[in-house]
Parts: sequence; structure tokens; C-alpha cells
Amino acid sequence: MNCIIIDDEETARAIIHQLCNQVDGLQVVEEFSNAIQAMKFLNQQEIDLIFLDIHMPDFTGFDFIQTLKNPPKIILTTSDKNFALEAFEYDCIVDYVVKPITLPRFLKAIQKAENFIAPPKEEPKEDTSAKSSEENDLYVNIDRRLIKIDIPSIYLIEAKGDYITVKTEGKNYTVHSTLKKIEEKLPDDLFLKVHRSYVINIKRIIDIEDNSVLIAKDVIPVSRSNRPELMKRLNLL
Amino acid sequence: METPNLTYIKELAAGSEVFEQKIIAILKREFPEEQKEFLKNYESKEYLKTAENVHKLKHKIGMLGFEEGYQTAIDFEEELKKKIPSIYPKFIVILDTIEDFLNTL
Repeated sequence: MNCIIIDDEETARAIIHQLCNQVDGLQVVEEFSNAIQAMKFLNQQEIDLIFLDIHMPDFTGFDFIQTLKNPPKIILTTSDKNFALEAFEYDCIVDYVVKPITLPRFLKAIQKAENFIAPPKEEPKEDTSAKSSEENDLYVNIDRRLIKIDIPSIYLIEAKGDYITVKTEGKNYTVHSTLKKIEEKLPDDLFLKVHRSYVINIKRIIDIEDNSVLIAKDVIPVSRSNRPELMKRLNLL
Repeated sequence: METPNLTYIKELAAGSEVFEQKIIAILKREFPEEQKEFLKNYESKEYLKTAENVHKLKHKIGMLGFEEGYQTAIDFEEELKKKIPSIYPKFIVILDTIEDFLNTL
């Protein structure tokens, strides 16, 4: 995993660099004292992770993030606890670390970043080949009724807060659940999580463009970390 | 009154004398510049700019082992943002203590 450090304070950059040196496989490619320099660099080189200070003169960390079209994963480093809520409105921000940063806290942030960049492989699920055809159905609880959904007809599942919307050819169902729970009920060969808020039926993809897929009439973002798995699943010419 | 220490820096260094010396050299160069900027802005009653200076100094106060001092910096930064600074005397003592400490290194 490679990274850059953006912080106007030289002491902070030196400390983060030293912390990075203590992590196997994490390489600091460059340090920047302001965000403008970093933007130029990112136009030329792809990186996995940014350590980004929020408080910088002229151009704040949040200003910087908004200029990035496809931001890599970002760990915010700051001496201010007041921006945590705002920070997590950005999908690219994986952690928010308050200075002075200790090694244990730093390692925790790196672990989070690694999970986003290369999600840990799940335990193999039990063999489903012998299961009955009823297992093509999924029952969801809506207004105290268990409603049957034909799994292959599902083309998209979207997470919205504590709810998910299951979209099928004929109807959409909004259910109080999580993407993680429904993912466990769906066949791996058919469904793939392409973004923290979306699971798609890969058989229903119409086309793929850069970092999005078109499924039915929905254009769905594909996160940088999920794109390799999606590409692997496709029968590419 | 709290006194500064190098505990955090030594922990980070994990035995690396080179890193320890490097970070001390940066602190000795960067701290006086930030302190000077802070004093200039405070004296000209540029309180929002002064809050930014305190924000940056806060990191150094924390890394030199000040716990109460770190909280004082947080409180002072908030006061400055509201343009009603009252704990300047308390804050300046921390900066003076750090200045003295860095001169001994």
C-alpha cells in the first residue's frame, strides 16, 4: 500500500512518516506541505491512501477532498475533534485520528484502510449445491408480512441508513435490514458488493463506465476497492 | 505546573536516535516561528488568525506531554474563535515553558 502525507506542519509530517515506517508494506511516496501541490501530484500518480490534515491555510482538507474526482482512501489527521461528523459524510474517509497520534491508534487506522482497500476474505460459505429450489426465494418482513422475492429477479440492493431497498424487475421493497445481512442470504456467484451502499446482480449489468455500472435504469458507483473483484467476475473479451 | 517531556517522541522513535534528533531539530526550528506568529497576531488582535496559530501549537503542546496544557490550548482556541480571549496569561506560560525546555535540548 502506498501513501502520501499532506500537512502544513513539518513536525506532523515527520511523525506520520515515522509511524508509517513502523508498518510493513506501507510506503510513503511523498509529503506535501499544502494541498495544491498534492493535487498536481495526484493528477500524475495513483496512490492508495492519503494522510490529510484538515486545518491548512488557504485550502482545507475538506476543500481538497472536494476537488478529487476519484479520491483514494483518506485518513484525516487533525488536532480538532469537532469535524468527526462532517468527516464521515465522505465515503473516501476511512478514519479520523486526533493528534498527537499514538502508534496503537495509528495501527488501528491502517487496519481500517486496509479493510477498505483489500477487504478481508470471508469464510467460505457452506456448499449450497444440494439445496432445494425454495432457496431461490428470499422472504422479507414488511409491515409484519413475510413477502417472497424471487432472488434472480433482484437486480440491485441499496442501503439507506438503517434500511435497504431491494429492487426487482417488478417492484421495489424497502426493508429494515443491512447490506451485510442480505449479502449473506444471496448467492455469491450472482451478487457482488460494488460500493459500501450497493450490492448488484452481476448478470443484470448493462454496461460499465469508469467507476459506475448501469443496471436497469440505475447508474451505480463502483468503489475503487471493489472494482478489481467486479472486473474479475466479468467475461472480458 | 506541568513540565514538558520527550516520552511521546521516544515512544515513536522506538530506539531510533536518528528520528529523535530529527524531530527535536524540527521542533526547535518550527516552534519559535509558530510562537512568533502567534504573538504577532495576538498583539494585533487578529483573533481568528491567532486561533489558527494556537491550533497548530496545540499539537506540539500535546506531544511534549502537557495534558492540562493541551486542554488550556483547546479552551483558548475556542475563546479566540469567539474573540473573547481571557486565558492568554495561562497559555503564554505554557509556551514559555516549552521555549525554555527546547533550549536545553
